Amino acid sequence: MTQLALVIDLNVCVGCHACVTSCKEWNTSGDAGPLVDMNPYGADPTGTFFNRVQTFEVGEFPNTETVHFPKSCLHCEEPPCVPVCPTGASYKRKEDGIVLVDYDKCIGCKYCSWACPYGVREVDAQRRVMTKCTLCVDRIYDQNLPEWDRKPACVRACPTSARLYGDIHDPNSVVSQAIRENGGYQLMPEWGTKPANHYLPRRKTRITVREDELERADNPLKIDSQLPKPDRDEPSLDDVTSW
Amino acid sequence: MHPAFSVLFLTTLIGAGQGLFLALFSVEAYSELGLVPAPGSDFFATGSLLALVLLGLGLFASFFHLGRPERAWRTATKWRTSWLSREVIVLPAFIGVVFLYGLAHWLQFNPPLGVLPGENFVLLTVLLGILGTLLAFALFVSTAMIYAAVKFLQEWHSPLTVVNYTLLGAASGFTLATALAAWAETGLVPFLAGWAIILTLLGLVGRVASLIRNARIKPKSTLQTAIGVKHPAIQQKSQGFMGGSFNTREFFHHRSPGFLRAMKWIFLISAFAIPTLLLALAMAMTVNPTNVLVAAFVIQYLGLLAERWFFFAQANHPQNLYYQSVS
Repeated sequence: MTQLALVIDLNVCVGCHACVTSCKEWNTSGDAGPLVDMNPYGADPTGTFFNRVQTFEVGEFPNTETVHFPKSCLHCEEPPCVPVCPTGASYKRKEDGIVLVDYDKCIGCKYCSWACPYGVREVDAQRRVMTKCTLCVDRIYDQNLPEWDRKPACVRACPTSARLYGDIHDPNSVVSQAIRENGGYQLMPEWGTKPANHYLPRRKTRITVREDELERADNPLKIDSQLPKPDRDEPSLDDVTSW
Repeated sequence: MHPAFSVLFLTTLIGAGQGLFLALFSVEAYSELGLVPAPGSDFFATGSLLALVLLGLGLFASFFHLGRPERAWRTATKWRTSWLSREVIVLPAFIGVVFLYGLAHWLQFNPPLGVLPGENFVLLTVLLGILGTLLAFALFVSTAMIYAAVKFLQEWHSPLTVVNYTLLGAASGFTLATALAAWAETGLVPFLAGWAIILTLLGLVGRVASLIRNARIKPKSTLQTAIGVKHPAIQQKSQGFMGGSFNTREFFHHRSPGFLRAMKWIFLISAFAIPTLLLALAMAMTVNPTNVLVAAFVIQYLGLLAERWFFFAQANHPQNLYYQSVS
């Protein structure tokens, strides 16, 4: 069983909102109709977004760390929003695990948004139905796009590659490896919703550089000096040959 | 949560309608057993009409909650998993039975459908009444479970929600039935007022129990689990946008804590204290107490509106953890 998902690396995200605008641009231009922007230049603008980047400060001044936190639908493996839907408009696809809303069946009762602890569903005030992240389902299977481009718009937009995309049920996928090797975790595990999207934690980034790494014989730019040659009477590298 | 007026009116109006029907059938059942004086069939017909008006108004109000009311028929499809779907099925069924019950009484069409041992006839209205009673309770459970089934809203996720929806609906319905009985001069005022007082006081006990429970709730989700950072000191610096959104409107009442406290005392006094006193006064009055009882119902209904407002406003959704600071 495939479960497509995003893995978001909080260690890499710089909070630039490129994924937010890219998501909005792609999804407002799709077949399902525009994501509303009401009063965009007025006093109290509001609109529908599938993806947000939030910013948190961790720790106490001056020892603080800034965490930029992108948030969109997590495509839970046990989605609590699906069984509460009275019309069946909200559903989870069997073939790839994407949680979707059938905009033609939705009555806009908002009950599914109450049943989502993450607050990732938004009623579109103009279309009057519930809308949410589709994992760019209209993009990832589009045969007209080159294969490398068949990824969610937010993933394509991220300038730091903080967003990984793939099948978390395939142990060899990029996302599974990232989760396994970098301490990937789920949001609000206490509710048993089993979100498919994972987050990679902030971690210390250190680069250890040894001297011999700076003075490489195969230095491509030829700016490092060569290692000094041993004297003729000294043993050479393998202690067998000499000059 | 944001208390939407459509839902406040829906739940309180149909609750009173269900309670009124339960009161009517209680009277019929008791009078069949010879425990209270039997009122004329006009009493049942008028009462059923009143219940139908309340239920119809509630159904009408519910459509204002929908973004796409023209698709409302689709809501009956997922009754296997959704309590909202179950409510949508039970409500029209209950309205239908109340209509038939009222019609049978109005036309005085009440043939015995069978004979029980001891020469007791099974009357049509009694059968309809039993069916309606079952549906009334099914509707109370369905309506309340819509809220009680959402485990993320810990204030709602409790059997007390179901108990209170049932008791408060029944209490307001019995108060209205008492007023109707006084107006129709049936001699049923002491019987109905007594039950209305009992149900109102039981409702008070249930509601206070849920207030105490909710005051002690420890939220399961914290900012730490919300973003997965285990540090004890986390503050939101930006929710990602400066304008409003569905998330900032739907899940918060946008009132001060003082307003919330005031609403709590308003509903405790208006839905429980004043109606109990007025019902007791009506039982003691020697002249016709219709005016007092109508006042008791109106005050109790307004109190229950405040109670429902508070019920919504008090529920704190975990998604609010993500929307605490604009910038």
